[in-house]
Amino acid sequence: MAAPNSPPQTVAAARTRRRPFLESLAHLRRDPTTVVSAAILVLFILIAIFAPLIAGDPTALNPIRRLGPPAPDAWLGTDQLGRDVYARAVYGTRVSLIVGGAVAVLAAIPGVAIGIYASMNRVGGAIVMRLVDALMAIPAVLLAIALAALLKPGLPTLIIAISIPEIPRMVRLVRSVALSVTAQPYVTAAIAAGSSRSRLVFRHILPNTLAPVIVQATYAAASAIIASAILSFLGVGTSPEVPSWGGMMADARGFFRFNPELMFYPGLLLSVLLLVTNILGDRLSDALDPRKVTQKMP
Amino acid sequence: MTNDSDPILDVAGLSVRFGARTERVQALDDVDIQVRRGEILALVGESGCGKSVTAMAILGLLPKRTARIDARRITLGGTDLHGASDRSLRRIRGNRIGMIFQDPMTSLNPVHTVGGQIAEIVRQHRGVDRRTARSRALEMLDLVRIPDARGRRDAYPHELSGGMRQRVMIAMALACDPDLLIADEPTTALDVTVQAQIMALIADLRRDLGMSVLLITHDLGVVAETADRLSVMYAGRIVEEGTVGTVFSRPSHGYTAGLLGSLPAEGKRRQSRLAEIPGAVPRLSDPAPACAFADRCAYVTADCRAGVPPVVHPGPGHRCRCIRPDAVYADLSQSDIVRAWQ
Repeated sequence: MAAPNSPPQTVAAARTRRRPFLESLAHLRRDPTTVVSAAILVLFILIAIFAPLIAGDPTALNPIRRLGPPAPDAWLGTDQLGRDVYARAVYGTRVSLIVGGAVAVLAAIPGVAIGIYASMNRVGGAIVMRLVDALMAIPAVLLAIALAALLKPGLPTLIIAISIPEIPRMVRLVRSVALSVTAQPYVTAAIAAGSSRSRLVFRHILPNTLAPVIVQATYAAASAIIASAILSFLGVGTSPEVPSWGGMMADARGFFRFNPELMFYPGLLLSVLLLVTNILGDRLSDALDPRKVTQKMP
Repeated sequence: MTNDSDPILDVAGLSVRFGARTERVQALDDVDIQVRRGEILALVGESGCGKSVTAMAILGLLPKRTARIDARRITLGGTDLHGASDRSLRRIRGNRIGMIFQDPMTSLNPVHTVGGQIAEIVRQHRGVDRRTARSRALEMLDLVRIPDARGRRDAYPHELSGGMRQRVMIAMALACDPDLLIADEPTTALDVTVQAQIMALIADLRRDLGMSVLLITHDLGVVAETADRLSVMYAGRIVEEGTVGTVFSRPSHGYTAGLLGSLPAEGKRRQSRLAEIPGAVPRLSDPAPACAFADRCAYVTADCRAGVPPVVHPGPGHRCRCIRPDAVYADLSQSDIVRAWQ
């Protein structure tokens, strides 16, 4: 493995040089846990995309076959309305992934903007941070339930309701990272070279805060997936006919005694998706940590 | 060096006070600095004496909230810097004044290529297109003698050694042909052989580009080899100023004498212990109206504590804030270093 202090490279080698950011990610390809987790995540994404090809209609009712056993056209049996559990589980992947991905992006963008603003502006920053503190004092799920109840039910509402409680965490992280970046000599050097405020932000401060933001966004995605399941379970998520893992588990509550598998399948999928997302977040955070860049992955 | 031209940098009566309500620190007190066209002026003094604060004050980089800056005059080639707006200061920084810092390891942005960082400054001040800026970056890397400049242009800072990075810093500082280069301890973080190379590079570039240099350092060896004149700073005041030849051959302030006395002398290798200046730097909060060096000076008299010593002129172009310059010189006139310079 080429250490950063390796002897001078040839011109040819220099041309193929990667950005330091990508280089630290390249280490991850040698870590089996990361590779397996990434493969599972990709599998989930493929399942979500190609759901119509691998499963039947998740909303078709079949009153005659309520709570039926596994059959060729319903591999995991049917639920209390005779719907195909396999098809519902497959389609349920969509809600989880869409919510996870959308929340990661929707929490990161305002989080970064507000966090950098707070790091540069004393008075405005202090006001923003007190608002953030106040927002963080409210439990995220409670806040999301309140927001979901206020807005029109549906997937966009679910995403917004989960994103808003994630923003304060992102703001705090970005502000503290941006403050430490601002104190770096290269920022002073850029000011001494005549950089304007906007150039400082976009060329010097922002790029150097992105690594922790990406890691935090991964964790935000994981917590959004579980939050969406909780909200669906509580009945304030997506509408009941849209298949979601949380909704399936809520439906299965009444039949848990004799048909526990109805709760088991969506629960298992949820756990696996959360596990791989968190593992990827951890590995990403290790790989992007500048203190560990030169170390070999364990 | 002739005295006919106007100084490129003219700082007069610069005072800087830091302070919250409770404690005020007088970081600089009535500092005068003139850097003439084409010369290297060394600003010498120990850590905390105000050398870097002087540089920051010239560029307007001190935090406005905590630093109170007073000056009769800070001008660069006739342009006023003291009263200048942020906008006009931004046009001067990096363009007419280039600055290099102590630690080249952290003074370059890790996420951009070195060529990109040089090109950025050119684009910002010259408004040229990307291509022109990129070829200017290559030109600058060649100028600071980076081998394989074309390949290095796309290197990231972590791929270069400390000496190479300091060369890149110099290339960035000089990319817009500044009138003045401020070098704040440019070799402190480098090892000795690289130090010599970097100082030789700065001296050569000064000659080739005809720029002026304000060299901040605590290394009298560097001063002797590269500077034309020096200003010795102690506790926020300039205590002695003159050409390197005059100051080294006729030291007239107790502090300069102490600095020269503490250098290891050639041919005296067996000397077990270097001479030192006794005591410690005075606190800069609430300074007494007296010579700040009085408590550590070997030539102190009661009069030294009676007031801030006036500026005297022991010789032409030689200024000193001491009431007993002749006593200092008389004592040192037989020392090896002084005799070597005579």
